[in-house]
Amino acid sequence: MKSGYYFWSGDIAAAEGAIAAGCRFYAGYPITPSSEIAERMALRLPQIGGKFIQMEDEIGSIAAIIGASWTGERAMTATSGPGISLMNENIGLAIMMEAPIVVVNAMRGDPSTGLPTLIGQGDLMQARYGSHGSYEIIVLYPNSIQETFDLMMDAFNMAEKYRVPVMYLIDALLAHMFERVYVPPEEEIERKIIRRKVPNKVPSRPFEPDDDLVPPMPLIGQGHKIHATGLTHDERGYPNLTPKAQEKLVRRLNEKIIKHEREIWKVEEYKTEDADKIIVSFGGESRAVRNAVNSARKNGKKVGMLRLITLWPFPHEFIKKYTADFYVAELNYGQMYHKVREYADGNNVKLIAKMGGEIHTPNEILKEIGGV
Amino acid sequence: MRIEIKFGGLGGQGIITMGFIFANAAAIYDGKECVFTQDYSAEARGGASTSEVIISDEKIDYPHVTKADYLVVMSQSAYRDYIDKLRNNGVLIIDSDMVKIEEEEKRKVYGIPATKIAENLGNTIVANIVMLGFFTGITKMLKKESVMNAIRDRVPKKFWDLNEKAFNRGYSHAMHME
Repeated sequence: MKSGYYFWSGDIAAAEGAIAAGCRFYAGYPITPSSEIAERMALRLPQIGGKFIQMEDEIGSIAAIIGASWTGERAMTATSGPGISLMNENIGLAIMMEAPIVVVNAMRGDPSTGLPTLIGQGDLMQARYGSHGSYEIIVLYPNSIQETFDLMMDAFNMAEKYRVPVMYLIDALLAHMFERVYVPPEEEIERKIIRRKVPNKVPSRPFEPDDDLVPPMPLIGQGHKIHATGLTHDERGYPNLTPKAQEKLVRRLNEKIIKHEREIWKVEEYKTEDADKIIVSFGGESRAVRNAVNSARKNGKKVGMLRLITLWPFPHEFIKKYTADFYVAELNYGQMYHKVREYADGNNVKLIAKMGGEIHTPNEILKEIGGV
Repeated sequence: MRIEIKFGGLGGQGIITMGFIFANAAAIYDGKECVFTQDYSAEARGGASTSEVIISDEKIDYPHVTKADYLVVMSQSAYRDYIDKLRNNGVLIIDSDMVKIEEEEKRKVYGIPATKIAENLGNTIVANIVMLGFFTGITKMLKKESVMNAIRDRVPKKFWDLNEKAFNRGYSHAMHME
């Protein structure tokens, strides 16, 4: 996309951000409020030598991008909560096969089919724990249309660097809301792309990690004879169904993320330095919180916002470092609230919950934190 | 300064298009901070339809209308649904053939028979663009040319003439109000 200013929705920005980050393969099954991502990809990918496939369902969609990823493509799919529920089995496969993929979830009102066109934030735990098994995953969540575009670069880079699925959360508010987006010149964008490590010769032990705990990834179609499986495997890639192999593999799959969590964490600390009340928030909801913080500050109240951009791995050090009353504003009945409590270390933590359909109004937030 | 605008009407009247064009003009051609949101019911035509535009010189956080500075309505149901959203010193803009004011109104009201004007131009589909011209003329918030550019961005080339005529009819109607 030519450098300049565009008036885009979050869906368009997610698609264009992915393309800018080098995504050239998209497989998906449209669902509100993510459908415009598929629509944009269907239009744009064929123009630039990429591939768009509309699949039979969400299970096929994620399977297709795992396959594409193994050929070396930067691959993505997008859906909303009901679709993620179907994709979860293969999220686990991507974890175990260490396939870099990006999965967008445009969160809508929930559970079940819920409120298709309206915002929800009920999929935060699902993003982390949706597939069976003990694993670490990366989850990012922007709060503006510009950030939806920009953060896609991080999503793809993290997926490639750590060979892990990245769940990219947006929500129905961001998906269908329009704002101005600045697209930098192509050379500037290109410079930010981090390519995955590939072995320089045919590896005999394709799952043997480097010091960063991430193995270089041989690509399908380059003549390597390798085996990749969801079964517990040894460093040759072959099933090895023993507690010893399990311990070695699954421990590494978790530790390769935990080891790098400081590089993965992204937060916005807004007026928190001197705050005695900190509201933790993320995504569309944080737009109301920021407004409330500004109102409170105008009245001399020491209120700040800690906005989580990385939700998982949970950026716990940013909770631990503050001595303040914490409030967690989220559109569910308490999810990240419990995570904040885990690290609040004696500080008060209060949940500001709404079940979804709309974000809090700034006044509702102010009331919850004891008025202006 | 933050300005909040709410557009309302029925599905099929181009309420969302009208808001989108104005917002696009503000963001891209007038270089302002701007957020556009939309809400519509499941029906293709006849259901409620609304769009909101926030324009500011500063970064916009809360993206919704709390108290509208301008309320533009093209159906009686939208008038009823949203009149309480208009702030005390706000401005109400109506399609005068489609909306009857039901309660004593102390705020400024501007009316234009947008649908009838569009009909006379040969196609009621541009009623929203007549209204957009009128709104642009009344508010003078954005440059006329910026809004015209945004219309061209949105409308297929073969309809540019019709839309430009519709826009100008609405705009000059506003000029004659003063």
